Amino acid sequence: MNDVLDVALRLLAVFLVFLVFPLLVGQTEHKVMAHMQGRLGPMYAGGFHGWAQLVADGVKFAQKEDVVPAGADRRVFQLAPAVALLPYLLVLIVIPIGPGNAVGRFVDAGIFFVLAVMGVGVLGALMAGWASANKFSLLGGLRTAAQLMSYELPMLLTAASVAMAAGTVSLPGIVDAFEWWWVPWQIVGGLVFFTAGLAELQRPPFDAPVADSEIIFGAYTEYTGLRFAMFLLAEYAGIVVLCALTTVLFLGGWHGPYADGLGWLWTLLKTALLAFVVIWLRVTYPRLREDQLQKFAWTTLIPLALAQIALTGIVKVVIS
Amino acid sequence: MSRPSSAAGSAGKPAGRFTIPGSGLAKGLAVTLRTMTRKTQTRQYPDVQPELPPRTRGVIGLFEENCTVCMLCARECPDWCIYIDSHKETVPPATPGGRERSRNVLDRFAIDFSLCMYCGICVEVCPFDALFWSPEFEYAETDIRELVHERDRLREWMWTVPAPPALDPAAEEPKEIAAARKAADKLAAQAQAEQPGRPGEGDA
Repeated sequence: MNDVLDVALRLLAVFLVFLVFPLLVGQTEHKVMAHMQGRLGPMYAGGFHGWAQLVADGVKFAQKEDVVPAGADRRVFQLAPAVALLPYLLVLIVIPIGPGNAVGRFVDAGIFFVLAVMGVGVLGALMAGWASANKFSLLGGLRTAAQLMSYELPMLLTAASVAMAAGTVSLPGIVDAFEWWWVPWQIVGGLVFFTAGLAELQRPPFDAPVADSEIIFGAYTEYTGLRFAMFLLAEYAGIVVLCALTTVLFLGGWHGPYADGLGWLWTLLKTALLAFVVIWLRVTYPRLREDQLQKFAWTTLIPLALAQIALTGIVKVVIS
Repeated sequence: MSRPSSAAGSAGKPAGRFTIPGSGLAKGLAVTLRTMTRKTQTRQYPDVQPELPPRTRGVIGLFEENCTVCMLCARECPDWCIYIDSHKETVPPATPGGRERSRNVLDRFAIDFSLCMYCGICVEVCPFDALFWSPEFEYAETDIRELVHERDRLREWMWTVPAPPALDPAAEEPKEIAAARKAADKLAAQAQAEQPGRPGEGDA
């Protein structure tokens, strides 16, 4: 009975994090982006500096009609948002935020689970693009697929580098094995992982698959109301997951002063900092062209990732 | 085709000068971060009234007492948005046995702000200073017909006309003051001329 309660509480906590954190990131994006552009951003919703803007957006989305185009593949079309959103919830369950058992569910092959499930998230956009019966959506879906192909590889390679360094594939195990000098050692891998993750989330500057001014939000062109909101939520949940993963793999998760009591705070702080960087990058850089995107992955990120693996291997052999 | 070989963004620079790869990217990040720490440009208009310059063209006020129904404004208006009706009245002679005078009496003065293009020609052309610019601008209506402001409304705008901005320190004296000073100087000179004359008179 106690076990059931424990599992239920953990899942509830993960679910709450899943509902709240993406909204926090979204609100921060509203405000940070506005101030980086010399604006104020939302100021009315909720009274104080527009803190409830995303709640208001949610209410608006809920009121909208749920339209399915006549030519669309109905079932696939309706299922796509869930496919895009759920993987991030599943990933959140296995990300450790503190020492001990401060994790939704301990999974032995954590890295494998996380990377595999995150790849499924992109499938949602692909389904949406195919099922919408719209040429822009199809273009967006195919661009998503191409992007997934080229950016999943550097992500896997750099994650493998960390796993090599730690000698384990379990996420809490990796953080346990972490030493401060891993940061300079794995810095190239960390940058590659983070960049490739951004591309996988289709965040600017790697947002050619959704490029609103070019192919009208790509795979999401035909979506309205709550289903569209789910895609948006998936994007922000993806940011949370990516930042948390980068923290856990490359920035030492809960390591820091007073890690025993305040470890979870360190994880959250590092994650929040990375989320800020995600927003910062979005504001600063223009969108990469589709061919530049591909070129960047294959000629820059993958060689860098391979070099990181080589470096990790050499250092590992030398110190053992 | 010269395309950046990587995202480092060092292409397009003259070949002679060496730039650190990625310095352009870092510069971009610095710009956005610096903007974030600065004050925003947003005007929170309905909450905070804008600070308008004194010569803002918001709405036109009518100072009725100065209007002689000369119709110059209505005739000069490029889009014919000023409506004036008037009639003549005879004024009884000021002195017994004098001649009766006729006077224009204003019946209607209206400006259609749905037509007005805020050129200000009417204000410029008025020879008797009966029209003024006011910086008030919040008179939007849901019915376009409400935008025809009749004389009572134009009169209300008159009270929102700000005092004219002070003259430049080096500017020429305003004509009225110059004329008044001239008259005063003349009087003073006259008094001066009379004063030394008085003792002379006593002598004679």
